[in-house]
Amino acid sequence: MGELRLMKGNEAVAEAAIRAGCDGYFGYPITPQSEVMEYLMAERPFERTGMVVLQAESEVAAINMLYGGAGTGKMVLTSSSSPGISLMQEGLSYLAGAELPAVIVNIVRGGPGLGTIQPSQADYFQAVKGGGHGDYRMLVLAPASVQEMCDHVKLAFDKAFEYRTPVMILSDGAIGQMMEKVVLFDHIPRRTDEELIKQCPWASNGRPKTRNHNIVTSLDLDPAGQERVNLKLQAKYREMEKKEVLFEEVQCEDAEYLIVAFGLSARICQKALDLARAKGIKVGLFRPITLFPFPATQVSNVGNRVKGILVVEMNAGQMIEDVKLSVGCKVKIEHYGRFGGIIPSPDEVLNALEQQIIGG
Amino acid sequence: MTEEIIIAGFGGQGVLSMGKILAYSGVMQNKEVSWMPSYGPEMRGGTANVTVIISDERISSPILNSFDTAIILNQQSLDKFEKSVKPGGLLIYDPNGITRNPVRKDINIYSIEAADEAGKRGLAKIFNMIVLGGFLKLKPLVAPENIRKGLEKSLPARHHALIPENEKAIEVGKELLKPVHLAT
Repeated sequence: MGELRLMKGNEAVAEAAIRAGCDGYFGYPITPQSEVMEYLMAERPFERTGMVVLQAESEVAAINMLYGGAGTGKMVLTSSSSPGISLMQEGLSYLAGAELPAVIVNIVRGGPGLGTIQPSQADYFQAVKGGGHGDYRMLVLAPASVQEMCDHVKLAFDKAFEYRTPVMILSDGAIGQMMEKVVLFDHIPRRTDEELIKQCPWASNGRPKTRNHNIVTSLDLDPAGQERVNLKLQAKYREMEKKEVLFEEVQCEDAEYLIVAFGLSARICQKALDLARAKGIKVGLFRPITLFPFPATQVSNVGNRVKGILVVEMNAGQMIEDVKLSVGCKVKIEHYGRFGGIIPSPDEVLNALEQQIIGG
Repeated sequence: MTEEIIIAGFGGQGVLSMGKILAYSGVMQNKEVSWMPSYGPEMRGGTANVTVIISDERISSPILNSFDTAIILNQQSLDKFEKSVKPGGLLIYDPNGITRNPVRKDINIYSIEAADEAGKRGLAKIFNMIVLGGFLKLKPLVAPENIRKGLEKSLPARHHALIPENEKAIEVGKELLKPVHLAT
């Protein structure tokens, strides 16, 4: 078993990046995720593995540093929280358009605007539907524990390089700030230059005499060429939908009612499920782990066996749209949400289930 | 076994670090744990609290609205959390600075004069360990050797010389605990 530690979610992201063999972190401080950079600065990986840790002058600078690093095939990471992630949207669209691998962590806080520093899930649409311009998607992972914060960093880097795409880890202030037991994976050395060139033959990192220049760009002024780029991207997204869906089912086998929730909300709903089961109400929990690709078939399979579905999110109803598109209109689907940094309690969720789904 | 605990007081009383030492001791005893602090505007207002859960099973919600145990270190926290203790649950408080005593009849209430004792010993920093000792007397969730390991993991190496002092404070706390009202 790997090394056992008690860590904050934000610290786990930073430690996992070092262990995954990350080449560079670029970020700008914002609550509730500043511990990511604080931890990296305290650990000083630049002295151990050579990983660059840089506080950029702004989020806009950080995301463009990510673009530059990724363009040379380096394994790069940034983290921020909602308002900072909004500033990065142009860069995310460019990363997707230029097919560059990068990992972006959003420790979501309540919005809109400067909002609050308390946890929220109101950036679902932005992450999943594309906050930047153009027809692009990111693979989006939604960790529900500190252990997953650690494991998803490794997974995100793997998928970013496999698909040449930006991958987002969509978490929230509570998971970032809370401490849990983590089993850390073993250190993976950073790739050598030779390994990098082998893995990323497309990277713009010096032209040997044996090939032409590699060009990294998201610009193609010829519409036919740009359509080809789009078709290639779409083919990649269909491939992800086939192969990369992750989800968790809890007590769905005999469920008469279903709760669908991701991230922190799923943890709260697990407790609500326990309370409901203690009262004899047969409830199951479906937790999407990838938000894109969305586990559409899987939630439909479970959803169409039950009498009603409650979608619980710390927002005004965002993922519920994907649940409705997946499950269809034969089953009653309702939303329960709290906003602006308020976390629903397990009792509240149980009450909503009884009022809106069972009684309603 | 699942124990759901809220520890609440002023910032600077060692509320978060007491929770961390308890949680880390739980990790060392191979338990599942979660440590969920108040942060942000609440903390900046001067009060601090942390929810610690120690369990044999995978922990569901790290955020709770009722607790098996409340460890209360100031009046604001007593006002806020006395009603959140589950019936039959436990409330431990330091009477220092308390102007309104707890009133619940359906829970077990103990007091611990930890601030007073830490003051007498001239060691304000061990205040939170005295309180932790009181809790561990009633709920020995973690073995003493795992508390030592928890202290080693939680405290930076430069403070490891103080671990025996902390362990002694835990023992002192066990002696100082006084029943105020017992539901059963």
